[in-house]
Amino acid sequence: MGNITNSDMNPEIKKNSIIRLFNVSKRYNGKFALKDINLDIEPGEFIFISGPSGAGKSTLLKVLYLAEKVSEGQILIDGMNLARISSSRLPLLRRRFGMVFQDFKLIPNRTVYENVALVLEAAGEKPDYIRKKVMQVLRTTEMDKKAKALPPTLSGGEQQRVAVARALVGEPSIILADEPTGSLDAKSAQAVLDFIMEYHKKGATVLVASHNLHLLESSVRGRNIEITEGTIKRTATML
Amino acid sequence: MSPFIKKALTDIRLNRFLNLVTIFTISLSILVVSVFMLFFENAGRVIEAWNQGGRAMIYLKDNFTMDMLPELKDRINSLGNIQGLVFISKDEALDRLKKEISSSSAFLKTLQGNPLPDALEIQMTSYNSLEEVEAFAEKIKRIEIVDDVEYGQGWLGKFLKIFNLFKITGYAMCGLFFLVALFITSNTVRLAFYSRKLEVEVMRLVGATETFIKAPFYVEGLLQGFIGGVLGLAILLITYLMFSSGMTQGLSSYIYFDVRFLSIKTMGLIIFGSTFLGWFGCYLSLKQILR
Ligand SMILES: Nc1ncnc2c1ncn2[C@@H]1O[C@H](COP(=O)(O)OP(=O)(O)OP(=O)(O)O)[C@@H](O)[C@H]1O
Ligand SMILES: [Mg+2]
Repeated sequence: MGNITNSDMNPEIKKNSIIRLFNVSKRYNGKFALKDINLDIEPGEFIFISGPSGAGKSTLLKVLYLAEKVSEGQILIDGMNLARISSSRLPLLRRRFGMVFQDFKLIPNRTVYENVALVLEAAGEKPDYIRKKVMQVLRTTEMDKKAKALPPTLSGGEQQRVAVARALVGEPSIILADEPTGSLDAKSAQAVLDFIMEYHKKGATVLVASHNLHLLESSVRGRNIEITEGTIKRTATML
Repeated sequence: MSPFIKKALTDIRLNRFLNLVTIFTISLSILVVSVFMLFFENAGRVIEAWNQGGRAMIYLKDNFTMDMLPELKDRINSLGNIQGLVFISKDEALDRLKKEISSSSAFLKTLQGNPLPDALEIQMTSYNSLEEVEAFAEKIKRIEIVDDVEYGQGWLGKFLKIFNLFKITGYAMCGLFFLVALFITSNTVRLAFYSRKLEVEVMRLVGATETFIKAPFYVEGLLQGFIGGVLGLAILLITYLMFSSGMTQGLSSYIYFDVRFLSIKTMGLIIFGSTFLGWFGCYLSLKQILR
């Protein structure tokens, strides 16, 4: 599928990358949120995106699932060129991702269960499977007892866990988690991260964006990509 | 139950007020439309009954003689659409008149000779409109020996003209109410859509297709249209039943035809129309909102 063969020119880029960014820039009203990003992520990698507020962490995740279009450059997901993806195939692309949004994006007048089930309903799964799978994911995130609750009645940490449950329920190959431990205390943050790590161990590629560097101490083996003002400042392999 | 229908029902429940207003508006419009339909159907039936048989009298000139009859019959028959043709001589006509009016009537005694013309009574087979009958009568009038043709053109024509005027007004009213209902419906869908903006956004982000996103709105529109239509007809039916039961004692002696409720076919058509209205309102607003 992938017809860009930069790997021939650049031996550092591996052929089996699941995510590739070539000179990606994103401008909002002329101002760069991302500037000339080159990135190559292998399947099963754990990527930690750090950097100060406003650095472009969220923007980097958003261009991956096409919530935002890049201003310049190319992105390949599993060999698919995002610039060429048709609107009818966009949903299929997005089903490869499990997203934890920085602002959760839980639907307030739908129950916890309904919020999580939505992903599988959208993918056209059978009702029996949906019921089984949603309850299973809610159990692993310890939210099964609140399945009938509405999001506004939950604490921040509980909402965060629902958001993670929703990201995992579709068994995506890539997890994009934007500030998944945002406003949580250390214990809750660790719990949420553990859910994601658990899923990562099954082979999923995970990208976590956070300015909370303490998360790095939690025995994560992966890469830390530090961005400031839209450019990659430093890449470090952790542990 | 389909998940879309379940979802739409939940949405209707969540947006109770908005949906009630819409359903009420639709049912009001349907009520107006079906009142007109009720009038048209009954008036149409009455006109048909009056017109039944398609009888016409052809009055002949004084110089008519019996030996002209076969040729005249042939000519009229050749014009087509004739079922029966009976000659009534002036003497027969006078006899009939005498029978109808009491023979002792002073009026008949003072009568000198027979002032009545010879006539042909014809029965037309198929005609659809008064215009057709008119055209046919014109053709007969052109035969030299024919003096005049009478087919109730006077009062029936006038009645039909009024009826047609009503019909046009009715259509205009129906159209107006249709537009109002359409406007309200599409606005409800728009409001429903905006009230679920976050939900739509999330659905898109988690990989829902546009069809999946739109389907509940369409189901909702269809349901609103359907419920509105049924409600409108139900209100009309209840009103009709109340009136007609009261009328049997009171008014029925004055009105010599019974007012019948809408036919099943018309009711089906009205409900189909209002369901379509719900769908179309949804289609219009989604088309406008989504790209
Ligand atoms: N929709 C938008 N319109 C205009 N500017 C935007 C928009 N989204 C982001 N930006 C700008 O792009 C830059 C990067 O924003 P981004 O949200 O990616 O930062 P971030 O690293 O995620 O920050 P934080 O840690 O606070 O979440 C910021 O300067 C922000 O103001
Ligand atoms: Mg952010």
